[in-house]
Formats: sequence, C-alpha cells, structure tokens
Amino acid sequence: MSAQRRKKKTSQPHPQDELLRTDRLPHIWCPGCGIGTAFSCVITAIKKSEIPLDDIAMVSGIGCTGRMAGYIKLDSFHTTHGRAIPFATGLKLAHPEGSVIVTSGDGDLLAIGGNHFIHAARRNIDLTVICVNNFNYGMTGGQQAPSTPFGAKTTTSPIGSPEQPFNFCALAAACGAVYVARWTALHIRRLTVSITEAMKKPGFSFVEILSPCPTSFGRRNRIRNPLELVQFYHERSVIRNNIDPQEAALDFNNNLVVGKFVDTERPTFLDSYRLINRRELGDWPALEPKVPIPDKQVSG
Amino acid sequence: MKYWRDPLDLGAIQVSKGRVIIIEGRCKGCEFCVTYCPRNVIQMSKAFNIKGYHFPEVVDESMCVNCHFCESLCPEFAIFSVAIPEKN
Repeated sequence: MSAQRRKKKTSQPHPQDELLRTDRLPHIWCPGCGIGTAFSCVITAIKKSEIPLDDIAMVSGIGCTGRMAGYIKLDSFHTTHGRAIPFATGLKLAHPEGSVIVTSGDGDLLAIGGNHFIHAARRNIDLTVICVNNFNYGMTGGQQAPSTPFGAKTTTSPIGSPEQPFNFCALAAACGAVYVARWTALHIRRLTVSITEAMKKPGFSFVEILSPCPTSFGRRNRIRNPLELVQFYHERSVIRNNIDPQEAALDFNNNLVVGKFVDTERPTFLDSYRLINRRELGDWPALEPKVPIPDKQVSG
Repeated sequence: MKYWRDPLDLGAIQVSKGRVIIIEGRCKGCEFCVTYCPRNVIQMSKAFNIKGYHFPEVVDESMCVNCHFCESLCPEFAIFSVAIPEKN
C-alpha cells in the first residue's frame, strides 16, 4: 500500500514548481497560514501576466511574508527590516523595463517601513506592493502591530490593544497610489486577478491580503483553528468595489469591506523625471511647454 | 449536481474531468483543500506523512471537474489537478 503511494508521489511535479526553489521546501510558514495561499496567488499572477520572467524581480523585507523572496525562483532579494521599498525603488530606476514586486507583511511595510511606503506612493514609483496583513508581528512572537484591531490581544497587549489600527488601503490611496485593492486569503480568484492587474498597472499599486495567523493572532484571540480563522475573515467580508477606501474600514463585528477601491492614472516618477530632464517645461508655476527648438535642417 | 430544471443543452455540454494529485510529503494538514473543494473529491486520511501530519486522500475521482481551486488554495504546494483528455 505504502509503496504504491510513494510511486504516485513522484510521478509529476507541481505546476508551480517551475517558479519555486523546491530544494528549500517545505517552507517555514505554520500549518494553515495564509501566506502560502497568497504566495500561490502571486505565482499564478506572475504566470498569467505573461511578463518575461527575466524582467521580474521580487523584493521583500523581514518577517514571515519576507520569506517569499527566498522561495521564488526569480531574481529576488531579502532586504533589511522595512527597507524593501527603497531597495525596490533603486532596482526599478536602474532597470525601468523590469517589473518589481514588493512582498511584505504589515509590520515590515507600514510600521518600520511606513515612511518609505508613503513616499513611494507619493512619487508614484512603478512598483507592485503586496501586503500580507495578519494583524500582528507573527515571526517575532505575536507582538502588537499597527494593524492590530482595537481590543485584540497580542503578546504586548495582553488585555487588548488600546490603539486604533491603520486603514492601509485608505493610507495608500491618500498618498497617491494608482491601484488599491484588498482581499482575504480565501478570495483566491479575485486576488489573482487583482495582482495581475496591479503588475500591469504603471505606477504604485497596492494589494492588501487579510491573512489568518492561527499560531500568534488566532491563538491569543480564541480562534486557534486555522480553518475557523480563515472562515471568520471570509464570512464577514463584503465586496464593495470602487468605494472610497476611507469608508472601507475593517469592522470585525459586522463586515470587513474588501474589493478593488482605486484604479486611476497618474504620471509615474520616471515619466515626470524624464519630462523635467528634457528641459522642455517652462518656469514654475506655469510650467508651460517651451517651443521646441527647431532642427538645423529645417531652420536653414 | 441538482438542477432546478434540466438545461435544454444538458446533453451537449462536456464537463471537464480532472485527476487530483497529492504530494503527501509536503502537506501540513491544514484541511483547506478538503473544506473548500466544491465537489468533495477529497477527505483527510488517517495515515500520517513523514512530518507527522494527516494528509488528504482522494475519495471519488470521478467527481473532479479540474477547477484547480485546491491547487491555488493549498499553502504548501502539495496538491494539484490535471485534466483528463476527453474521449471523442
């Protein structure tokens, strides 16, 4: 019986193995963690986007989600804590044809890396930022993060978090991101479509994934079972596309608003940079385009 | 599948068929695939894998319609489905 099973096991590789460093599997994520699902969606989206694989790079920060860059068989870099976006910015400016994906957790991206996030969104640098939000610092033992809901228990807030959390989507939209979406880890089809759209979108695109963390967050808030936790998020989620992200607050009692909130156009940093460097614009504040200098042949 | 009434072109529609393949050694027993399989093709087995987790096993392979949901949902890259070519 067992010999038969073993024979079956090695018959065919997993379709996503071509983009995985299989020698490093099994990965470190806990059983039932949503990061694995999010990673699977990212890989599917990369395949669907049909961008040449040599032109895609993945950058990540520190944390559970930061490990994604170590498992993908593409150009990837695991940066220091919170510095995924600065590294990705440099990468993008040095190789503007490439597509850069930043995968990071909530603590890395918006606590220690908060300022980098704000300014990358303001400059509209062409990055795809994927934030796996598990509502705490999972890797270091479940401390309180800027996303921890009011009243939720963590290691550093044993009687409940006394702080109001960030609304990441509203923050990204207010800073000028051109694509903002939020899904739970169970909305895999919509999430994959969103990541594909975000990759193709020129400009700063932000996708937030509400992911279960049964080991740290769930255990301290009495939803220890990963299945219950993922269902808890999914059952309360309400899809409302194209609403103002300010209204899309996460209210765990009633509904968690998910959907694609922002999809606009704005000149990216590289567009603006090239425009200024060509010296075709007039003086500030009018910035009227100068009359182009005629070619020598035409002028005589 | 139960229909409210039989679709008029029921005979003409070809339902795709799939085969579920499980890489047992990678499974960590989270049961996502078993819970969310829309056709209940798989169930948890009583056996353990090398890491000591229960892994899923196929109950009724004829039910699989190759929707790839388990493949995308599995956090461990341990399950996938392949299409069975139609006999025509």
